[in-house]
Amino acid sequence: MSAQDILVLGETKQGAPSDITLELAACARQLAAQTGGQAVVVLLGPEGKQAAVHVVGADRVLVIDDDALASYMPEPYVAVLSHLLESGKPRALLAGSTSVGLDVAPLLAARLNVPIIGGCQKIEAADGTLKVTASFCAGKMLADLEVSATPAVLVVLPGSYRAAAEGAAPQVETIRSPVPLEPGPVRFEQMILPAVADVDITQQDVLVAVGRGIQQQENLALAEELAEVLGGAVCASRPIVDQGWLPLTRQVGKSGMTVKPKLYLALGISGAPEHLEGIKGANLIIAVNTDPKAPIFDVAQYGVQQDLLDFAPALIETLRASKSEAV
Amino acid sequence: MNIAVVLRQVPDLIETLEIAGDGTCLDYGAARFIVNEWDNHALEQALLLKESRGGSVTVVALDFGEVDNTLYEASAKGADNIVKIPWDADQPPALRQAVALYAEVLRSIAAELILVGCQAHDELEGPLAPQLAFALKLPYVGVVRGVQPSDEPGSIRVFKEFPGAVVARMAVRLPALIGILAAEKAPRYVPVSRIRAAMKSTQIQEQEVSPPPTESLATVSRLYVPEAPQRAEMLEGSVEEVAERLYQILAEKGLVR
Amino acid sequence: MIQAGTKAAEEGRTLTLLEEVLASPDGESVLGCMQCGVCSGSCPYGEVMKYPPRQIIQEAIAGRDADLISSPSVWMCVGCYTCAKRCPRGIDLTDVVWPALRDQALQRGIQPPTELRVAFQNLYLYGNLLGVSPRKRLDWAKDLDVTVRDLSRQPEPVEILWLVGCYPSYYPRNQVVSRAMARLLTAMGVRWGVLGKDEKSLGDCDRLFGEEGLFELLVENNHKLFRQYQFDKLVLTDPHGFRALQKFYPRYGVDIPAQHYTMYLAEKVDQLRPLLVRPIEATVTYHDNCCVGRRCECYEPPRELLRLIPGLKLVEMPRNREIALCCGGGGGGMWLDGHIVEHGGRRLSDERVLEAASTGAKILAVSCPFELSRFEDSIKVTGLEGKLVVRDIIELLAESMGLEERKKA
Repeated sequence: MSAQDILVLGETKQGAPSDITLELAACARQLAAQTGGQAVVVLLGPEGKQAAVHVVGADRVLVIDDDALASYMPEPYVAVLSHLLESGKPRALLAGSTSVGLDVAPLLAARLNVPIIGGCQKIEAADGTLKVTASFCAGKMLADLEVSATPAVLVVLPGSYRAAAEGAAPQVETIRSPVPLEPGPVRFEQMILPAVADVDITQQDVLVAVGRGIQQQENLALAEELAEVLGGAVCASRPIVDQGWLPLTRQVGKSGMTVKPKLYLALGISGAPEHLEGIKGANLIIAVNTDPKAPIFDVAQYGVQQDLLDFAPALIETLRASKSEAV
Repeated sequence: MNIAVVLRQVPDLIETLEIAGDGTCLDYGAARFIVNEWDNHALEQALLLKESRGGSVTVVALDFGEVDNTLYEASAKGADNIVKIPWDADQPPALRQAVALYAEVLRSIAAELILVGCQAHDELEGPLAPQLAFALKLPYVGVVRGVQPSDEPGSIRVFKEFPGAVVARMAVRLPALIGILAAEKAPRYVPVSRIRAAMKSTQIQEQEVSPPPTESLATVSRLYVPEAPQRAEMLEGSVEEVAERLYQILAEKGLVR
Repeated sequence: MIQAGTKAAEEGRTLTLLEEVLASPDGESVLGCMQCGVCSGSCPYGEVMKYPPRQIIQEAIAGRDADLISSPSVWMCVGCYTCAKRCPRGIDLTDVVWPALRDQALQRGIQPPTELRVAFQNLYLYGNLLGVSPRKRLDWAKDLDVTVRDLSRQPEPVEILWLVGCYPSYYPRNQVVSRAMARLLTAMGVRWGVLGKDEKSLGDCDRLFGEEGLFELLVENNHKLFRQYQFDKLVLTDPHGFRALQKFYPRYGVDIPAQHYTMYLAEKVDQLRPLLVRPIEATVTYHDNCCVGRRCECYEPPRELLRLIPGLKLVEMPRNREIALCCGGGGGGMWLDGHIVEHGGRRLSDERVLEAASTGAKILAVSCPFELSRFEDSIKVTGLEGKLVVRDIIELLAESMGLEERKKA
């Protein structure tokens, strides 16, 4: 590793690199081009072996193959990474603003006595410093910061960078842990998967929401199909649930759930204040409504002034066609 | 179990945030304050543990914002001891300073378990909780939804949250500091009459601390408000044209392949 | 005069529900209960409550508080006053028994439904149940084409101190009505003012919820506030606030002349009549809201106002005046819809709009801020969209006066 390298704390999910890891790889690549170094993604644990070759966008992947790292625990992760940072002295460590990243990155920064910035959305290297744009106060405020110290620890928000679409497979190196890994005071016991009762809409990345514009109960099938194609779930505003067309677990709004999906596709929802309260945290809101004055268009990023009964089938068809092309 | 909780004041986001004159920090004078939501969960979790296993709950807070309201409410909810750290500045302390201040007080309390919210809105330098744990030489795990007593003495069980509502159950040997995402139950409501009663009966202890370090490791060059979202961009055209355009938008954002 | 239960809590004692009721003003009447069941029979949610009104009294007198206070039916009263109105023994269930029951629950750590919890927090932190910044309280008047005397910025003597209310200040549909009111008062030549960002809720809803401590806090704040200004009387858009000022504030020594706007305007029919130049050719039915109606027995003034409008034909719903069906929004109802539906309650406003439509009316006239959104929602859900619209009396008057919604030039 060199002083111009950008290290990434990678994470895996079911044998593949997680979305954030691919995004960070892209970010690291961009930065490494500016610093004159390489983007090196570190994968901890045996699952890394399977995932490594898929980390498109990185120059190198370093897999630390040790059973002690198979399930996340803070002490072994920090021990390995601080060794890599102390011996390799890269320019920066990028971590995702994830459950693992939010534990490990600050612990590393404390241990190495280096600066750490959270909520990073944009990072550039210039004149020996790193210029970072970070978001805080729930996205209501941005800060431009400069970091000179090395290595800088930067916690990056998901969605800030786009994963590389394709590229050469990285150079993969697999090693055993460079430091002894003893069990620490925090011990992993077991993973608990959610009970498959009804869908938990608060955990969905994609939500297709229906309102009164759906008109008949039968038309819910359109929403279900759209949700299926997009890999999400159907939810609704209160009147739909009141009618009994969907259970209470699918209700979004003041008297229902608050959701924060990456995509909220609102079909036939006017945007009453009670409903909008439940979707304040949604990343991208797209609204379909025949009324151009519907308040939902004040909070949506994109709007479609069409009847959802005409538009939804067209969208489903377009999405299915592109899916089959991709395969 | 003796538990300590850190309660921080943060700017209330229902008000518009203002930037101070020099452009590099928030205008805290113009802000309204509220208790940090995740610290509030930490308090709730502490109270739940006390209710199930006995012991005491000590709240530690900096004299900043509208802290007295928060402290009386904490007392009304059942916190046993309230410790306030004097702080005169208009700005809250930077990360290193905060770590030093809280660590000094927490060392003197010597609780078996310290619960701190795993994040706060106005943190730019990453979460306080893990850095505080490091300074106190305590084990740390964060993003925890729920803490339960363990059958093993001197140990607790925490539930670390991962995406998709997947949870890792972990055993933690005490003493330890845990970063709380959510308590097992929603923070309790306590009637205003009890808060007012607490105002009359609660003794807030003030604890002087040594002046904290002043240098910062990262400099803010400017603060600014992100561009205000405009009204929705309306996609024009026939149903098929718009569907195609929407697909492109979703693909650009990585929401479809 | 704080609720007995909360006072006891401060002193470290716990009262039983019965003790708390008996210690409340008018509370002793509960001992006269003969268990006739008229209250439960009249209650719109009586059939789905585990403990309808009659049983609450029964359990209270028998000292069986525990299951009662932790039952979901504690949070199902919508403050419609039907039980209190019809009780042959004159027991004021709505204003005495239900708040005492809820106070007991809160004192003993029972957690109210989440939505209500959030509403209480909002009221405590921001002075309004909606959780909107107090600094935005006068946003409804931005770019208004008439002068708004914001007494918080510039105190001056006024005839009428108009307490706008929370929903009318913040909720988009209601803001339209507030602007109409501003224009209407100005057109009448009334010297009126508002409290702007200093205005807080009067606390009636929360008092019914059982949050007496919060109510007391609001009374104190409002008392201090009102004392700073010179005005002849208070005029309110919100019937709940009016009732609080009329009945409860005096117990704390705050006794100020106040009227609901329908009462105020009904005294000025001679001034209004010549201003109502445009006819509204429509059949209209009026919904008696629970506070101005059943509670304060003010049935004719709103109707007088509607009859002033040329071309307007007023018809009555079968359940009118004393027997009007509540819209379901009072007593915390606005924040309990989810809870009530979960426990088998139907939406009363759905039933009510169907009743309104059955009269042949095209316009459902209201005079309470909650009703606009509740009834408009119900119209969508019951398939009456396009057949019935909801209008506040103020809007109808303003329309007839030719005062349109427009921005400052």
